[in-house]
Amino acid sequence: MGYSVISGLRKSVPTCIIALTLLLGPSAFAQESPDTATVDSVFVSEAVESAASPRAAQLNVVQDSRGDAGGAISVKWFRSPDDGMGADNITGYEIFRSESPDGLFESVGFASRGRTSFEDATTVDGQTYYYYLATVSATGVSRSGVSAGARSSAQWLNTRDIDTLIIGFIICFSVIFFIYHAQKGKKLFLRKIAGLEAVDEAIGRATEMGRPILFIPGIQDLDNVQTVAGLTILGRIARTIADYDTKINMPVSRSIVMATARETIKQAYVAAGRPDAYSDDMVYYLTDEQFGYVAAVDGIMVREKPATCFYLGAFFAESLIMAETGNSIGAIQIAGTAMPSQLPFFIAACDYTLIGEELFAASAYLSDEPRQLGALKGQDVGKIIAMSVILVLCILFSVAAITESESILSLANTFKGWFSLS
Amino acid sequence: MRRTFPILITVVVGWVLIVADFIPHKPFGNLGDDFALYFDIIAVFAFILGGGNLFRIHLTKVQKKKKDWPFSIVTLGGFIVMLAAGLFKIGNPGGIQGDVAAVGSLFNDMYMQIFTPLQASMFALLAFFVGSASYRAFRAKTTEATILLIAAFIVLLGRTPFGLWLTSGLTGDMSFLQLPNLTDWIMDVPNLAGQRAIMIGIALGVISMSLRLILGVERTYLGGDSD
Repeated sequence: MGYSVISGLRKSVPTCIIALTLLLGPSAFAQESPDTATVDSVFVSEAVESAASPRAAQLNVVQDSRGDAGGAISVKWFRSPDDGMGADNITGYEIFRSESPDGLFESVGFASRGRTSFEDATTVDGQTYYYYLATVSATGVSRSGVSAGARSSAQWLNTRDIDTLIIGFIICFSVIFFIYHAQKGKKLFLRKIAGLEAVDEAIGRATEMGRPILFIPGIQDLDNVQTVAGLTILGRIARTIADYDTKINMPVSRSIVMATARETIKQAYVAAGRPDAYSDDMVYYLTDEQFGYVAAVDGIMVREKPATCFYLGAFFAESLIMAETGNSIGAIQIAGTAMPSQLPFFIAACDYTLIGEELFAASAYLSDEPRQLGALKGQDVGKIIAMSVILVLCILFSVAAITESESILSLANTFKGWFSLS
Repeated sequence: MRRTFPILITVVVGWVLIVADFIPHKPFGNLGDDFALYFDIIAVFAFILGGGNLFRIHLTKVQKKKKDWPFSIVTLGGFIVMLAAGLFKIGNPGGIQGDVAAVGSLFNDMYMQIFTPLQASMFALLAFFVGSASYRAFRAKTTEATILLIAAFIVLLGRTPFGLWLTSGLTGDMSFLQLPNLTDWIMDVPNLAGQRAIMIGIALGVISMSLRLILGVERTYLGGDSD
């Protein structure tokens, strides 16, 4: 799982949708009326069955797929009476399509037994299509009737993710609300993060020892939000480094990260009033290759023996190799990543580890600026929502299991569906 | 201006991509893919910047005979030979028009015979580092470390045939105590719950971070807060 800026941004500010809606007017939310065919009464041919054939599944709804960019028609059906019950010999369902109800039908896909829907994602918008379903078993094939015509079209609103939009809106609103409150001077409580409290100590140690600081921003590019988070922390650290006149050594594995990190450090030196002390050689490119990069970084560690190592960004298998090498040279190490699989390695090998959200909170925490701290406080609303939903679902599912109540189970599943990704 | 313009780009691209995610209709629907493509194009050009930087730094090191300069000769040698082999397609069966990674080409041979084994060697080092890190992490100095040690012991043993053999006598109501079953429980319940908690925190952190960026509240990546 990657946490890219793009996906992060997509998830983060649905408020803009609301703003856009106000700008565009009600038409923004209006769906293009899909060409729907509920086929209960519009079959144009009879199902074909023989004695050996399974009992045919019946089409339910054939309609334009909702909330998409067009090019897809959704086909839904009622399962065959021999699927999971009766003779229970169904292999699956083959979906056939034609541009005319009497024309030549061709297969567009196969759905395994138990399935009741299929999305034909090969349609041309505006073209009318007709479908029928072949119920396949080892003993034969049965055909359903042909559906009425259906056409695909692009939609203006992604209704599949409407729950994400609503929850995202609540979280974003709370973040903006707390930023506003913080700006007005309201005091906000933030728990102490040991790893960040130790940053100054770590830089001071390197200064006293007269050895460099090594900063590794992960091995992903700038389209990964973890890399961006690492660079924002770099901006804070670089300011202190410039003040202390300590040497920073930053080998990177991506060219764009190199260019951005140089600019970040340069501006920090300018802000500290020491532009002359900055050098482009502080940040340098090694290689994009993961293990080539880690080999080079290990070599730098062993030769230059940095007093402090920061690992802040997205890491994979190289995390432990670097952190253990850093440990072996006696460096004080502060790590932070949002890669859950690498966190145990950093925790085992480093002195301090920023776990997941702490990486993203670090820059705001170090800045001590009210607006930034307000944004952190807004996250708590999201946590309250998450905890409440988990608690309610636990109770509902437990009650459903104890009472064996179908209605409570159904309610729990519906509630769960609201908070599940489409 | 040096900061206003990048912030403006961040804000516009951020909003546009959010809109694109919730409005599938043209022209919004394809914007996410289009922007990803633009990023790839920029990254390709930036690679020239990175390669140039690598070459310049190590050439300077060799010229000025700075500390550890012989290592720079190895780096430069590898860089130039690999670049020439790929650029001029030396030994490529298809000539200059052939696929850069064609079997039989010098580039492919060096990649498969030199680079891949070196890469595998580095990856293999991980096994030893896991051993040394585990030794430190699993020392039962505190209650938490002891719980970690016991859990790790069960999981490591439960993943082996020996673990199953060791506890295969526990049948019937006691079968849940078989090491593979205990392993599955540790991985599926406490471990998964912990991971999910971290994931929820990460997702919220990403939202907050992204909001700070596209609202222009977070400007540290540009080197400072002031305009």
